[in-house]
Amino acid sequence: MLKRIISGIRGIGHRVIDSTWRLGYAARFFILVLLKSTTSLRRFGLVIRELYFTGVLSLIIILVSGLFVGMVLGLQGYETLQKFGSESAVGTLVALSLVRELGPVVAALLFASRAGSAITAEIGLMKATEQLSAMGMMAVDPVARVVAPRFWAGVISMPFLAAMFSVMGVFGGYLVTVVFIGVDEGLFWSQMQNNVDFRIDIANGVIKSFFFGIAVAAIAVFEGYDAPPTAEGVSGATTRTVVTSSLAILGLDFILTAFMFRGIS
Amino acid sequence: MPPETLIEVKNLSFSYGSRSILKGVSMTMSRGKVVAIMGGSGSGKTTLLRLIGGTVTPSAGYVKFDNHVVHELNRDALFKLRRKMGMLFQFGALFTDLSVFDNVAFQMREHTDLPESMIRDLVLMKLNAVGLRGAHHLMPGELSGGMARRVALARSIALDPTLIMYDEPFTGLDPISLSVIGSLIRRLTDALGTTAIVVTHDVQESLKIVDYVYFIADGVIAAEGTPKEVSQTVKPFVHQFVHGEIDGPVPFHYPAVAYHSDLQLEDRLA
Ligand SMILES: Nc1ncnc2c1ncn2[C@@H]1O[C@H](COP(=O)(O)OP(=O)(O)O)[C@@H](O)[C@H]1O
Ligand SMILES: [Mg+2]
Repeated sequence: MLKRIISGIRGIGHRVIDSTWRLGYAARFFILVLLKSTTSLRRFGLVIRELYFTGVLSLIIILVSGLFVGMVLGLQGYETLQKFGSESAVGTLVALSLVRELGPVVAALLFASRAGSAITAEIGLMKATEQLSAMGMMAVDPVARVVAPRFWAGVISMPFLAAMFSVMGVFGGYLVTVVFIGVDEGLFWSQMQNNVDFRIDIANGVIKSFFFGIAVAAIAVFEGYDAPPTAEGVSGATTRTVVTSSLAILGLDFILTAFMFRGIS
Repeated sequence: MPPETLIEVKNLSFSYGSRSILKGVSMTMSRGKVVAIMGGSGSGKTTLLRLIGGTVTPSAGYVKFDNHVVHELNRDALFKLRRKMGMLFQFGALFTDLSVFDNVAFQMREHTDLPESMIRDLVLMKLNAVGLRGAHHLMPGELSGGMARRVALARSIALDPTLIMYDEPFTGLDPISLSVIGSLIRRLTDALGTTAIVVTHDVQESLKIVDYVYFIADGVIAAEGTPKEVSQTVKPFVHQFVHGEIDGPVPFHYPAVAYHSDLQLEDRLA
């Protein structure tokens, strides 16, 4: 009995040490990527190429989801607001929910599962098929040539994707409330303009998505680079990317929101 | 070391963690020769190539390449040295996101300031040497195994290296592709005046093209010699390897306790 308890405790300790070690290893890798980013900046074409794969290919899913989320927000908001006779505020509700929260968060979650997993799988596969070793033997640093451009492409495309998501969402809200339900169009837009602040709402939303971009891209490239060079290894790493970055996005969102909107009445 | 020696490996030892893979390997390779390294799976052949390329560091001994001790070089000098080495990985390791042309052009673009028109000519020359000039626009996924290996071969000679290392270049190829790769290795080595190391299991094919053979077993050089000496040898290990015999110095059975005690015969009889 005592033996079992001891070995249980030992198991927990082992896991804690393991994950702490891995976290430190990931942090070191992150710094390494930053240090080796000069090639990406000097040869920006490398980043542009990856921007196409990470950014443009995620665009469709982001646009479609944004539209639907906006439409649902419009419906739900209208239902509730009309009970208080303030259905004209539905534009404000839709816009604020999107630029403050749903735009950055949902876009980042979608980005993690579409682009983040693809980055992990690609780098992991390059490792498993010895492409990274081959590059090293050709005197080209794979962290500088393969990892850093993908990281920066993720960081750069995230804010744009989040902005697109919000724009589509507002459009979806407009479609549902103004075009289908018949809320006054002038009120919808003017209420929105009066109540959405550029610095407090939009800028903070962009800052959020920028941090989410860093988190997702860093996790995706790390998991890919660290994946065991086998088929199971790569598929496991891909799953971990989606799970870990989703948790990171939601955790970061809470922290950032607490800093940004505390004390705003 | 004498001027005709390109590589000197001396008492080289290496271990992954507590598992020692190489235990004091010594060999010399002369310029312009094709040298084969043979040994069973997991005997440390790829590791030996990695040590020569300086991607791992020995625990004792050294590799001297062109009069430089590889593991003592700093990063920049090591990268400079690696430009003199081409390596053909086991399954080609072509960059899957680049076309055949861009794969061969990769090092030229990374390491030289050659104008694109000259890179084009050079790439087509290299591809022509392996017979695949017409395939320059294909992606690696569209190539057969033998073609991919040939493209990788063209890529490894892109910068006219002094040494080309081939890691199991014959694995998984049909007999025709296999002879093609074999004769390409010999022809390119002679035409470019390079030195080649061929790691292989394929005894019959490689004995046709190499100048000298080393056998690795249990982390040491178990035997060495010219192809002629090797095929006539009476050393049991080499004989078993060359003729593919099932049992011999390399046992068929994984080490185990005695058969009758594993079946608990004594207990049952008692
Ligand atoms: N990165 C590594 N970490 C730990 N052990 C390894 C690693 N790479 C190879 N090994 C082990 O080292 C031994 C020699 O490997 P290798 O040189 O690839 O053999 P070979 O190429 O002769 O088949 C193998 O048993 C292999 O399992
Ligand atoms: Mg090997």
